[in-house]
Amino acid sequence: MELFKVDVLGRDFLAVAQELVLLSFALGVLLLGVILKGDRRRYTGYVALFGYVLAFLPLLGAIGRGYEAFSGMVVLDPFSLFFKVLILVVGFLVVLLSLDYTSREGIAFGEYYALVLLASAGMMLMAGAAHLVTLFLGLEIMSIAIYALAGIMREDARSVEAAFKYFLLGAFASGFLLYGMALTYASTGALHLREIEGVLAQKAWLTSFPLVLVGLGLLLVGFGFKLALVPFHMWTPDVYEGAPTSITAFMATGVKAAAFAGLLRVFFTALPALEGHWRELLWVLAVATMTLGNLVALRQEDVKRMLAYSSIAHAGYIMVGFVAATELGRAAVLFYLFAYAFMNIGAFAVVALLGRRGAPNTLLEDYAGVGFKHPLLAVAMAVFLFSLAGVPPTAGFMAKFYVFSAAVKAGYYWLAVLGVLNSAVAAYYYLRVMVYMYFREPKEGLQTGYPSFAGAVAILIALWGVFQLGIMPSDFLALAQRSVQVF
Amino acid sequence: MEGSLFQWIVFFAMAFLAIFCALMVVTRRNPIHSAVFLIVNFFAIAVIYLLLGSQFIAIAQVMVYAGAIMMLVVFTIMLISVEEARRVPMVRLSAGKVFGVILAILLFVELLYGLMVKALPGKVGPFTPERLQAVGPVRTVGGLLMSKYLLAFELASVVLLIGIIGAVILAKKER
Repeated sequence: MELFKVDVLGRDFLAVAQELVLLSFALGVLLLGVILKGDRRRYTGYVALFGYVLAFLPLLGAIGRGYEAFSGMVVLDPFSLFFKVLILVVGFLVVLLSLDYTSREGIAFGEYYALVLLASAGMMLMAGAAHLVTLFLGLEIMSIAIYALAGIMREDARSVEAAFKYFLLGAFASGFLLYGMALTYASTGALHLREIEGVLAQKAWLTSFPLVLVGLGLLLVGFGFKLALVPFHMWTPDVYEGAPTSITAFMATGVKAAAFAGLLRVFFTALPALEGHWRELLWVLAVATMTLGNLVALRQEDVKRMLAYSSIAHAGYIMVGFVAATELGRAAVLFYLFAYAFMNIGAFAVVALLGRRGAPNTLLEDYAGVGFKHPLLAVAMAVFLFSLAGVPPTAGFMAKFYVFSAAVKAGYYWLAVLGVLNSAVAAYYYLRVMVYMYFREPKEGLQTGYPSFAGAVAILIALWGVFQLGIMPSDFLALAQRSVQVF
Repeated sequence: MEGSLFQWIVFFAMAFLAIFCALMVVTRRNPIHSAVFLIVNFFAIAVIYLLLGSQFIAIAQVMVYAGAIMMLVVFTIMLISVEEARRVPMVRLSAGKVFGVILAILLFVELLYGLMVKALPGKVGPFTPERLQAVGPVRTVGGLLMSKYLLAFELASVVLLIGIIGAVILAKKER
């Protein structure tokens, strides 16, 4: 039998070099965590941070190239590089935010950072997957690491509940996704994304073949769960509320970005022939996700829970760009994910910094008077909330603008109208936090705030991102447009 | 209709046994009974794999699922030792449950409808049953794992590593 040759040290190596850097740092951090004792284990965080910086290096050789490696398992192209940079930025900010947060909560050991690094590697693999097997393995690497991270504060019942809920439902969703992949394979005989597309293009009657359509539906359920699209969102508020705040930020931005990368890859590379079927489905999902996320967020009294529902709503907005399915629409999705990463991590960083050990202070009333007690933090929070609400000149405004204008240009007027109406509703609950911060008397005797230099740096970077993408978005949009030309 | 009469008899016997056991797993109230039926179900499916000419998957099914995983399941049931009285009471009807059952039946019907195909339509790969018989399935799987699917093979080990790290960090006494 013939064997497939793998050139491990050359081209193949470069395609997964960034993942390999993260993997080796994860193992190093794990070992270091054993060597260091007690409180000094928090230094593993700085090593992890260095790993994220180092993982940018392979970019130098990879930019502008496009090829498949490991006999078609992964692909190196502008699209995968865009997402890898996004995931590295998210990982960097999350580790930065974790440095003091984990010390405060007593979870600053090597395993925490090793799992964050491994989860990032899994996300990158999803973005660079050219084959359903790689996509699934990347998803599992990411998910299993996140399940453990969600429950890492095991003295806290809510954290354990979050991990357990996420694990059970996530395993179930992985089953759906895998079943969908299996049915796609059964009906097309291919697992490689481009091959699936080739088979579907060759045999046009397959596009209305029941087995293919059931497979498509199951794939959608699996991705819908990871993206927290309504009606697959039930786990989101409890998991986001219970997980450590740094990990919540990671889930809301990194996991979502990786899942969108996988969804874009599968639907636009492998299943464009089925567009007539999935477009209408996703239209409904987008509207349901935006509307339900926003309406339920209105009634939340816990800021973390409110941000969880807001992240559901944002997944809905991103879906609008996806439904438009034009080049601008796809570029808008990429732009939105980057903008969302900055503003959301920023908001969660402020939430994390306002807490104390044993007192997370995430209730809305705990935010009363924060504007006077911590003026700088409050200003940063206000910027992030304005950005989440979509007020110019922030990144959130430009992101929404591109997504909705893509929908209008593609002829989805109603979708754009519903999206804009939804953003108006959303402004209420974002502004409500600001009302509490600036117009309410602080609660007597409530201790808030935890000094953190690293957390402040993370917030500053996020602020820079929010304004950079909000004031000078065109270069970045052009980059996103170049990245989606692979489809 | 391919295959000998004997193969068909074995297939139907195993298929019905697997479905019967699966039903028993979800309906028994004693978890140990459920576990035993699950083992029988795994064996029945292993025989179906054998009928398909996939000896390797059949053996892996018996070793990994019927052997290792079921041992874990039985151990867990014993360690948790669910008291007779605290076991899940009989199902009470509620709107959510009715809705859930309707959705589950809908999904089942959809899957059944999707699977009602006489022959699989897609592209035919290089590994036909005749080819597998000639080379031997274990060798084929091994060769593919070490060449075309090398990356997937390595990534699977990363998945296992994460599982171990996660389990240790959540369960270790002192950390």
